[in-house]
Amino acid sequence: MFLFGRCKKGMNNERQKANIRTTRKTVLIVIGMFGFGFALVPLYSVICDVFGLNGRFIDLKKTEQAEYVTNVEKRVDTSRTVRIEFLTTLNQNLNWEFRAKQNTIDVHPGKVTEVMFYAKNLTNRKIVAQAIPSVTPGYAAKYFSKMECFCFSNQTFEPGEAREMPLRFYVDPNLPKKVKTISLGYTFFDTDRKIASR
Amino acid sequence: MSEHHAAPTGITRWLFTTNHKDIGTLYLWFSFIMLLVGGSMAMVIRSELMYPGMQVVDPNFFNMMTTMHGLIMVFGAIMPAMVGLANWLIPMMIGAPDMALPRMNNWSFWILPAAAILLVAPMFIGGDFMSGQGPAFGWTFYEPLSGQYGNLAFFVFAVHLLGFSSIMGSINIIATILNMRAPGMTLMKMPMFVWTWLITAFLLIAVMPVLAGVVTMMLTDKYFGTSFFDAAGGGDPVMFQHIFWFFGHPEVYIMILPAFGVVSMIIPTFARKKLFGYASMVYATAAIAFLSFIVWAHHMFTVGMPVAGELYFMYATVMIAVPTAVKVFNWTATMWKGALTFEIPMLWAIAFVFMFTIGGFTGLMLGLTPVDFQYHDTYFVVAHFHYVLVTGSLFAIIAAFYYWVPKWTGNMYPPLLSKIHFWASLISVNVLFFPQHFIGLAGMPRRIPDYAVQFADWNYWSSIGGFVFGLSQILFLVIVIKTIKGGEKATDQVWESAEGLEWTIASPAPYHTFATPPEVK
Repeated sequence: MFLFGRCKKGMNNERQKANIRTTRKTVLIVIGMFGFGFALVPLYSVICDVFGLNGRFIDLKKTEQAEYVTNVEKRVDTSRTVRIEFLTTLNQNLNWEFRAKQNTIDVHPGKVTEVMFYAKNLTNRKIVAQAIPSVTPGYAAKYFSKMECFCFSNQTFEPGEAREMPLRFYVDPNLPKKVKTISLGYTFFDTDRKIASR
Repeated sequence: MSEHHAAPTGITRWLFTTNHKDIGTLYLWFSFIMLLVGGSMAMVIRSELMYPGMQVVDPNFFNMMTTMHGLIMVFGAIMPAMVGLANWLIPMMIGAPDMALPRMNNWSFWILPAAAILLVAPMFIGGDFMSGQGPAFGWTFYEPLSGQYGNLAFFVFAVHLLGFSSIMGSINIIATILNMRAPGMTLMKMPMFVWTWLITAFLLIAVMPVLAGVVTMMLTDKYFGTSFFDAAGGGDPVMFQHIFWFFGHPEVYIMILPAFGVVSMIIPTFARKKLFGYASMVYATAAIAFLSFIVWAHHMFTVGMPVAGELYFMYATVMIAVPTAVKVFNWTATMWKGALTFEIPMLWAIAFVFMFTIGGFTGLMLGLTPVDFQYHDTYFVVAHFHYVLVTGSLFAIIAAFYYWVPKWTGNMYPPLLSKIHFWASLISVNVLFFPQHFIGLAGMPRRIPDYAVQFADWNYWSSIGGFVFGLSQILFLVIVIKTIKGGEKATDQVWESAEGLEWTIASPAPYHTFATPPEVK
């Protein structure tokens, strides 16, 4: 191998073979660690989902929902109310109007509630936008279940188009007692931005 | 070297060299130039911060300065200097004729200047210098800010090249240490510097590929439509911080472990005693290296982790204090009742022990989750990592220069100038960084070009210290050149009670050493 240079005095064949072996092993470590860096990506998602970290949600499938909801409805906890706050943010210069129809709502855990959000495209181009949710405190995220949400898919807005979008959710009655307020934030992203800036 | 033809002269000697001493010299000069480049950026930063208000540069240029200063000092100055020391010293310390993979050695150096050019090139794109388009997102290049930067590809490819260079250098060092030791030199007889570099090299090959991975993800996010960190496509910017710090935390030990090795070589020589607790030093180094992989999230306590996570990362972080304290204790115990003399290398080494410990203590403070919420992203953090990196790593590199330069050049350093260099650096570096603890605790955020007037006084003193420290390193340049050109001749032994194979060869060290391996008893 040319990388190993000419054979020098004091550098006998055995040493050179050992060097080649060591190099092979260390290169394998390097390749492995490069892969590990990428493996951290799915690992991160799995850990966040399992522990409900980082304000991530567990989105239920339709059939699961129906069953789950009937069970939850039976267990509506009328002994306490939780205040839900709605926050709306626009990402980077998105010329857009976006707000919740009401800033807060008080709900009993287990009760299915529907609220509306309003959005208007103020530009003269068609925008495909995506809302990204986040829940604070993070550990409350797994108790906040959405049944219907405009954030489940891309929202296409024609130039100047305005519309109301529903969010249907319930708070799991198992929510720890100490949680009195849950903040739900939505950030609207222009999904074309990346392509436009390229 | 009977078959060795006449050594090429002039530029080709340096371009084509496979000699570990030549390559060590190249690395050291490269890092010195980078130190001066990164240092002049620090001067710009300190000029702007000397008084409140905006006076010298515009905010974007200021951000570019902090970013480039960090990147250049970490990847251009400290790391290559450590690799340069490894190249010069490891073969001489273990009785090997050269590094194990000499041609790869040439490569791993010559990639560096190319990487440095790629890194600074965007600064010169655009109309004039002041509106340069260099990276301005902080040396930690957090997403999503960095993803919006126009010339990201320059940065990404520069980091790729730096990674290639470090990885090849590390493979070389591992192969050299594992396979090229003189007969009788068992692992537990190796000098501490060799041990610390062996462990550092393993850290490097483990985390540099992760860094390469994370910048690749940034690249594909920006140019190829992936969404690793882009929330709009289902990615997560916080994940960037996790992957980055999985690299970033071991990286800080990569910069300090060889410094531990240098100090562990110098203190016994001038205390005229054997290093106290050699075996515990080796195990402590390995323990620090292991722990460095499981504490990364202490850099991101404020991202909103669950309490259990914060507690785990806090406990694991504080645990690092144990092996580190073992080392500081061993250095102190080595000096205890020793016949101490205070030659220049010893002065730098003692300054290292003292001030690295200050940096270590502030590190402990930052590692405590509840108080980190106050310190996070303030000048307190800046003061902390400059104590461990400047008075830690850089001081150890300078100590290493004074300790081994008589062996490298055959000349002693100029005694008066080097004393001035030490005392000027020691005083000014404390005037520079100590007040930053105060303004940090008072709430001054890092990476800002302007600040509330309440921080003005300490910033003024910090800037004065900064300018003096900068000038002191110009004096260092003069000392380096003077020492290479001449000076009092050094003996082969150089230091009365220095131990190790490198002191058994002539001063200056001949171009080829240990062609026949020495016998180690």
